[in-house]
Amino acid sequence: MIAIIDYGLGNVQAFKDVYSRLNIAATIAKSAEDLNNATKLILPGVGSFDHAMTKLDESGMRPKIEQLVVETKTPILGVCVGMQMMATSSEEGKLQGLGWIDATVKRFDSEKCIVLPHMGWNDVSPKSNSELFKDMDENIMFYFLHEYYFDACESSNIEATSDYGGEFTCSVRKENIFGVQFHPEKSHNFGMLLLKNFAEI
Amino acid sequence: MLRSRITPCLLLRDKGLVKTKNFKPFKYIGDPINAIRIFNEKKSDELIVLDIDATSENLSPDFSMIKKLAAECRMPLCYGGGIKNVDHAKQIISLGVEKVALSSSFIDNPDLVTDISSVVGSQSVVVILDVKKSFFGKYEVYTHNGQVNTKKTPMELAKLAVKLGAGEIVVNSIDLDGSMKGYDLTLAKELRNAVNTPISIMGGAGSLNDMKKLFDVCGVVGAIAGSLFVFKGALQAVLINYPSSVEKDNLL
Repeated sequence: MIAIIDYGLGNVQAFKDVYSRLNIAATIAKSAEDLNNATKLILPGVGSFDHAMTKLDESGMRPKIEQLVVETKTPILGVCVGMQMMATSSEEGKLQGLGWIDATVKRFDSEKCIVLPHMGWNDVSPKSNSELFKDMDENIMFYFLHEYYFDACESSNIEATSDYGGEFTCSVRKENIFGVQFHPEKSHNFGMLLLKNFAEI
Repeated sequence: MLRSRITPCLLLRDKGLVKTKNFKPFKYIGDPINAIRIFNEKKSDELIVLDIDATSENLSPDFSMIKKLAAECRMPLCYGGGIKNVDHAKQIISLGVEKVALSSSFIDNPDLVTDISSVVGSQSVVVILDVKKSFFGKYEVYTHNGQVNTKKTPMELAKLAVKLGAGEIVVNSIDLDGSMKGYDLTLAKELRNAVNTPISIMGGAGSLNDMKKLFDVCGVVGAIAGSLFVFKGALQAVLINYPSSVEKDNLL
């Protein structure tokens, strides 16, 4: 069962709806107990970095999630701020991130990106043989809504890139840990396919 | 390459969908859920839903209705109407809405933008400015369905909103609302030069060519339309429509 982590942020219902359209079992988890039967996790997120970290701490689910991800190696997909939380820290806040992937979250350079936030549909270039982006043809596009980006220290963790005032990482993978900066739950067919691919990993 | 956004705007009154002209006569369009389903099928870039009763009648957002709309919506959703405090905004975002839009509540209390963006993030805070051109050709921002003149220009209010934490500015031309005569490109260009956030232009779109003209003037921008996407033909029969991906590619 895929558990969509509901810590009061992000569009949990949209993920549930996509999975019900795909006929894939998914549940919304609001407590550590709800995560007991989870074989996959989705960590959504909207808002500021510190607010998201605080909300996750307050939810009481963080120790259980860390155990599942770090010890049990349960696959997890972080989305938007949910991906950014997987880094060690963010320029947007003072709190520490989850630190699962060696990366810092940085603000786009406002001299290169004249218009911020980065808002709308943009091209995404996955690396070849990416499981997350499997079966996607050319002209892959997703919806973005952010002004901070995930700066991965290890290039081997980069799953896909996009371009906004220069190339940046828009998807990462480290073993069982996956992240996407864009919003697959609101990206029509490509989004559905990505969430299906994650379910089948 | 980041694309310009082509965004239908749905206006709600008494839980039904309506269309205005110059912010006045209302025409009943139908059921909002049904409209959202059609825009899902047509893969619209985004969607804006504005509850036009909420502000003028001083109501709070109708959370149960917003929840239903958000659950149905497979594209990014922006909701506006009756948002007066941080809790309203937080609750709406938690229902699965990507962006909250403020209008008169920003004019009444500009700091609300800062308070909301510090919680939900700037990228999710939109300020909508309803604009009328005065007899002397000056742009002025109005509130309460175009009834109250703030005597301020959209450019100065847009700059203030961005400074306080807004992530997107929408200007809506009251004069052109429902006219289908094309966007006010002068206003669009002035706004583009005034702020460094994404902007969207609303009011007047009568054809896809009007959107193309907007993209030519502003570069990457949001093109919002109501009538264009809910009416068909000279008699304005209700028919929800949206450009195909090929038609969109031809515009960009």
